[in-house]
Amino acid sequence: MRRSTLSGLLALMLGVVAAPSFAQGKLTLYCSSDEAWCQQAKREFEKKTGISVDLTRKSSGETYAQVKAESSNPKGDIWWGGTGDPHLQAAEEDLTQAYVSPTRDQLHDWANRQAVASKVRTVGIYSGALGYGYNEELLKKQGLPVPACWKDLIKPVYKGKIQVANPNSSGTSYTMLATLVQMLGEKEAFDYMKALHVNINQYTKSGSAPIKAAGAGETVIGIVFVHDAVAVAEAGFPIKSVVPCEGTGYEIGSMSIIKGARNLENAKKFYEFALTPEFQNMAKDVKSFQVMSHKAAKSSPKAPDLAKIKLINYDFVKYGSAAERRRLLKKWDDEIGSLPR
Amino acid sequence: MGIALCALAGVALLPWYAIDDGFWGFGWVLTGFPLASQSAPALFLWAKAANLWLLPAGLIALATLVVVLLRPSAAVLGRVLVVLGVAGMAYMLAQGFVFGLRGWSVAWLKDWLGESEQRQLGMGYGALVTGASFLFLVTRGLALRGLVAGDAFVAGSLGLVIALTLLFIGLPVLQMLIIPFKAEGGGWSLAPFVTRLLDPKIWRLSCLSSGSGCGVAWNTLALGITVGLLSTLLGLAFALVLTRTSVRFRGAIKSLSLLPIITPPFVIGLSIILLFGLSGNVTQFVAGQLGLEPTRWVYGFSGVLIAQLLSFTPIAFLVLIGVVEAISPSLEEAAQTLRAGAWETFRSVTWPLMRPGLANAFLLGFIESMADFGNPLVLGGNFNVLSTEIFFSVVGAQNDQGQAAVLAIILLAFTIGAFYLQQRWLGRRSYTSVSGKGDGGMHPPLPRRIAIPVVVITTVWSVFTVVVYLMIFYGSFVQLWGRDNTLTLKHYITGFAISYGEFGLQWPGSAWNSFWTTLQIASISAPLTAAIGLITAWLLTRQEFHGKRLFEFGTMLSFAIPGTVIGVSYIIAFNVPPIELTGTAAILVICFVFRNMPVGVRSGIASLSQIDKSLDEASLTLGASSWTTFRRITLPLIRPAILSALVYSFVRSMTAISAVIFLVSAKHDMATSYIIGRVENNEYGVAIAYSTVLIVVMLAAIGLFQWLVGTRRLGRRGMSQDSSMIAGGA
Repeated sequence: MRRSTLSGLLALMLGVVAAPSFAQGKLTLYCSSDEAWCQQAKREFEKKTGISVDLTRKSSGETYAQVKAESSNPKGDIWWGGTGDPHLQAAEEDLTQAYVSPTRDQLHDWANRQAVASKVRTVGIYSGALGYGYNEELLKKQGLPVPACWKDLIKPVYKGKIQVANPNSSGTSYTMLATLVQMLGEKEAFDYMKALHVNINQYTKSGSAPIKAAGAGETVIGIVFVHDAVAVAEAGFPIKSVVPCEGTGYEIGSMSIIKGARNLENAKKFYEFALTPEFQNMAKDVKSFQVMSHKAAKSSPKAPDLAKIKLINYDFVKYGSAAERRRLLKKWDDEIGSLPR
Repeated sequence: MGIALCALAGVALLPWYAIDDGFWGFGWVLTGFPLASQSAPALFLWAKAANLWLLPAGLIALATLVVVLLRPSAAVLGRVLVVLGVAGMAYMLAQGFVFGLRGWSVAWLKDWLGESEQRQLGMGYGALVTGASFLFLVTRGLALRGLVAGDAFVAGSLGLVIALTLLFIGLPVLQMLIIPFKAEGGGWSLAPFVTRLLDPKIWRLSCLSSGSGCGVAWNTLALGITVGLLSTLLGLAFALVLTRTSVRFRGAIKSLSLLPIITPPFVIGLSIILLFGLSGNVTQFVAGQLGLEPTRWVYGFSGVLIAQLLSFTPIAFLVLIGVVEAISPSLEEAAQTLRAGAWETFRSVTWPLMRPGLANAFLLGFIESMADFGNPLVLGGNFNVLSTEIFFSVVGAQNDQGQAAVLAIILLAFTIGAFYLQQRWLGRRSYTSVSGKGDGGMHPPLPRRIAIPVVVITTVWSVFTVVVYLMIFYGSFVQLWGRDNTLTLKHYITGFAISYGEFGLQWPGSAWNSFWTTLQIASISAPLTAAIGLITAWLLTRQEFHGKRLFEFGTMLSFAIPGTVIGVSYIIAFNVPPIELTGTAAILVICFVFRNMPVGVRSGIASLSQIDKSLDEASLTLGASSWTTFRRITLPLIRPAILSALVYSFVRSMTAISAVIFLVSAKHDMATSYIIGRVENNEYGVAIAYSTVLIVVMLAAIGLFQWLVGTRRLGRRGMSQDSSMIAGGA
């Protein structure tokens, strides 16, 4: 007991001398874009504001799972990047916080539609069209015709040559499912997918895996977002990207402030920073070829020009909702996923 | 007495709650301790009339001290200690779960007593020390009352292992597994669980009759059994070649067979695609020679099987080499003296004595295969297994934790089944072969009909491994793996550049951060894993207590649970008080320790069941305590098990992925999660370069461990001069 009094006294004296100090200016950023882009965001934001950024990079599905698991004690402040659906789902489940940005009217329409769909809990920061890419060398070697449309993909010459992700595990593939349903009508869309099933050699888990496999020569065609195909081509693989002639759907990469953020003010600062054209212009330096959400931002010349593509009027409210998603996925499982190969 | 003081110290001297800087951040000593409410010990909190509900914990600690000072008889003291200890632990747990970060954590208490203003953070040093002290009070009390022959050390370690297992395996897993029983509108129900369990996606058998795939449960089972059997046989072949033949290059074969175990995930898969994929060298060559259309044959069962065999054979080998080495030659010599031929001796003496090793190796291979995540992801094609399905039910577009939990339950059921069958096969026979008696002799050489196939198989497999690794090594030095073969160092420079600037040494390489973290966490968790694993093995083989089987099973459990489930359940269980660990390095260490502990336990059991109990008994009879016996007799004899536990846990901490991906944070990023990021981004070069660096680091670490632990010296002829085995045996 004597010892305890002694050290108590000692600690008391120390306590008087040193007042508690609090670290100022922190931000925990959950980033679902690719690594180089995340690093760029951290670097540039730190340079501009002096706020130190703790960066965790995970895919949007993983980040959603983490935000949900941490919801009773949130560790992250802001979630930047990644396809829009998990952001919408997080908004639906009240995991993210409403915030109206003053720069809202300078953003493209599609970016604001994303905000409206989520009751301003998320906002669009970039977008990318759905399409596919093919391995030029392999196509030539096997003497296959060059595909240009959705309808080309169900031709019998491509039997066993095409890869796409499983919509149950990949947002990219779910976007395709929803796009086809909106373009063709539900019955025709499922007929199309049944025909496509014959040509599919593998339903991958991850959304961008098909185009990587095409790059490595493990499949001829991979159905992915066009900017992913451009990125693989830029990495040195013989990939040509295709925007289907009938028109196509698209994703909206999003950003949300996590509900209960510990550094809310800094999260808002980052939010505004990420919407500036100056920052959005830098995306092409790190090989991100999406279309940016600020009207004044210039996208890379390699990015597919959304103005020249026939884009469908994608209904993010309906097809981003948990109920519709569950219904379509179940139907896909019953009618496509269980077909013999 | 000491324990009671510890409990009091926890209350009076150490900060009760966890501090933001992390376990090793000692800034709190200078900032307002002990008065600042953040870092105050419980005693100081009471002085300010705050957190008074902690008071009973302190009173119990004080009561213990008083009782001890009264010096009652052993029986009375034992009973009192048990009562006070149990009361203390129960109270600590109850208050921890009742008062959360936002007042009441329990819904009915909120309804009953209204909103509470009381809230608390995660437990810190003080709570840790006090809780542990209460635990040891109980075990000391039980020992005084005659449990485990009244041995305080045995009772203490038993209590510790049980408490830790419950806390870090039982609690999180339970929290995860109850998820599918939650009905949608609140409350509990069996219906959603049953619907999910009977899903045809899991159980259909259509692959037997038509072209569509089988249910994911059957796929996993078939793969697990095949991998378990084949990896055991391959591991045995390597163990036999190394211990019982005089084939040259045995040293090279030994290090080769260990390479796959130290290879980060994805790398083997990528290399196999480059060899056997549609555009792979081997596929193209064979198809060209035979005039066939190249196919995607490697994607599916066959590819995953090859990759898993490459990855898991070393584990079987590590288990089996200790066993094969330790089989007493005198038994084999006895058989030969009785005129049994080499084949007869092998069949009737050597083989049966290897049974515990074989069973353990199979079990590990089976479980590893079921929990493996990287290989099925890269090579699975349309062949789905439970581990990847679980991962994608959590992170995929469905985000369905209930589905994941149901699949995890099925996986667990398989593991339990395997465990049960293993126990049945081993039965209650004795496999002792290292005893204190004069134990001379040399292992007989293998019979020819075993030796020839074994040597052929190991040679072929070794060559295959060499090719795979040459591909990997080469891949880290070329511009673009598989496409542009210009040699370059750029991948290493991206990851590991060091420059010397005006502020001294700079580390601009992008991999340094995760590299140091990984090294640090692996070095902390390896010795902890080995210690806990071997103590557990020793308790299981050397001590008698009730519920031993259940205890053994509990310690194996974490290994059977796929990493994804562990990762998610750790987030769910340890993100909120009373135990708040997410975002720290500690959660990674704990995860590794409890995930890898079963290997320490298994190899410890395999080693210990060969060592005659009479050695311990002799030591105990001569008056040594159980701790001294453990330290002086048992430990030196189980050096191979110590080594394999150390090596395995170190290596796994550097290469594990599926649990880690949920537990890494901005401050503590791990090598594997960095590598995944690179693979996702098409930067295979950097991923492979990083993996190559990790392999070299792990090789160095294994060398270091080997040197630290030393080898076991069994008093057998010829063993002392190591290069002259034949001369010594003659």
